[in-house]
Amino acid sequence: MERTEYNLIIIGGGPAGLSAAVAAYDEGERSILVLERDTRLGGILNQCIHNGFGLHTFQEELTGPEYAQRYIDKLEERNIEYKLDAMVMSLESGKDGMKEIMAVSEKDGLMLLSARAVILTMGCRERSRGALNIPGFRPAGVFSAGTAQRLVNIEGYLPGRRVVILGSGDIGLIMARRMTLEGAKVLVCAELMPYSGGLKRNIVQCLDDFGIPLKLSHTVVRIEGKERVEGVVIAEVGPDRKPIPGTEEHYDCDTLLLSVGLLPENELTIGLGADMSRVTNGPVVNESLETSVPGVFAAGNVLHVHDLVDYVSEESAHAGVCAARYIRDYGGEAKEEVKRIPIEFGGGIRYTVPCSIDPGKVEKYLKIRFRVGDVMSSRKVVVYLDGKSVLTKKRRVMAPGEMEELVLTEKLLKAHPDLSRIEIKVEEDA
Amino acid sequence: METRSLTCIGCPLGCQIEVMMNERGEIALITGNTCQNGEKYARKEVTSPTRIVTSSVRVYGSKTGERTVPLKTASDIPKSKIMDVIRDLAGVSVPCPVRIGDVLYKNIAGTGVDAVATKNVD
Repeated sequence: MERTEYNLIIIGGGPAGLSAAVAAYDEGERSILVLERDTRLGGILNQCIHNGFGLHTFQEELTGPEYAQRYIDKLEERNIEYKLDAMVMSLESGKDGMKEIMAVSEKDGLMLLSARAVILTMGCRERSRGALNIPGFRPAGVFSAGTAQRLVNIEGYLPGRRVVILGSGDIGLIMARRMTLEGAKVLVCAELMPYSGGLKRNIVQCLDDFGIPLKLSHTVVRIEGKERVEGVVIAEVGPDRKPIPGTEEHYDCDTLLLSVGLLPENELTIGLGADMSRVTNGPVVNESLETSVPGVFAAGNVLHVHDLVDYVSEESAHAGVCAARYIRDYGGEAKEEVKRIPIEFGGGIRYTVPCSIDPGKVEKYLKIRFRVGDVMSSRKVVVYLDGKSVLTKKRRVMAPGEMEELVLTEKLLKAHPDLSRIEIKVEEDA
Repeated sequence: METRSLTCIGCPLGCQIEVMMNERGEIALITGNTCQNGEKYARKEVTSPTRIVTSSVRVYGSKTGERTVPLKTASDIPKSKIMDVIRDLAGVSVPCPVRIGDVLYKNIAGTGVDAVATKNVD
């Protein structure tokens, strides 16, 4: 069976894949294929019917499907090829730096494809009940928040009438409001941590507006019911996040929604043998968002889970541009020596994306995104190049639920020609 | 002087805004916002809070087998009218195809605002 060859294959047609494809095209690449496993482009945006998307990208407040359509239109205007209902089964490194992809679809059957460069934009999936070890039977009525979102918004079903939500991630908060509007009673939203993992505006608009209590430092300790959920027991947790005996409260309910985190979907990445980060569960990438496998790039939620689709689009556009440049430069004269300066970090930063920088590859500017591990106030983020403080950004409040970003300019990096150390630290701001 | 604290919802930054009101109940000072929209939001939120409402309704005759189409109020409506909007949408079913921006319900809940489709459904 012959392989069909493209310069660039993008795995996943959600917001990240769409933006990467458009940016690669605009950078001059014309041989592009987007593979999407769903029956329409747009990914998870299709079920995110609430508003609040696109404020940064389009200076307008759009709903998820509208935001997706803007990018689908861009894709169609450029005549970029895509396949729907197409599931990638494997991704491997082949001969001469080519990447080999095996995919299947009902329409095309088995497809063997190869590409100079690949962009991984597979997104993420939800952590499930199995990851939480909640005791009890396995009754109907326990859903991940995203599953409930799909049932309500796309399939048109209401999954329950009396609802408890565990976890205050954004999807859980959004679903608290959505279930309320559709006639369900949302009793409480319990969050294990002493702070919410969701965006503040969602707490205001989805809980406060409807008088739904948010119980911080609380978790579900028991699910009752055998065939269908009949109730859940919630208890307060101590600083060690273990339930405090005597604080149990029973709630009569028929549904438990879990909004307990998202996991980048990296089976293909791991199968390829790319280096992975144990913090983000995404691949380790350099300034070009290129993984440890040359020519394979990653962006969006498959790389690290974002709060905002606007940042997914922006990051993915960068990956698209870098992939197009990689293809253009491929097979050229012996390349300059590759420099790989790791980004060192401290003061409560959990990770950075990218993980390393080749200063010579930075054009105009580079965005560094990171998260902190705890809620902190009155801080400053300081960048040190070779031990010298070169950039300070004051932050009144930093929280794990809100991604931070820093901009390193080409000019700043060029001012340090023999750069060997890059450090980013969060420090107290006196 | 009365001070009201709010979390700005204009964008995901979620700025903490403080609004100081004078004895006459007028806005004296707004602090904590980082953009013009924040100030606008704070003014509105203390005087006449509004929301854009999003929901979905049934469709029929979809060639692609879709069962619902999402919609939104074309602009924000008074917060107190949210449930009235939702009640108006109960039982509504619209024929396909639907395009983004199509009016699915005129003057919903007497707000003077239309509910418009937010997805193309064939």
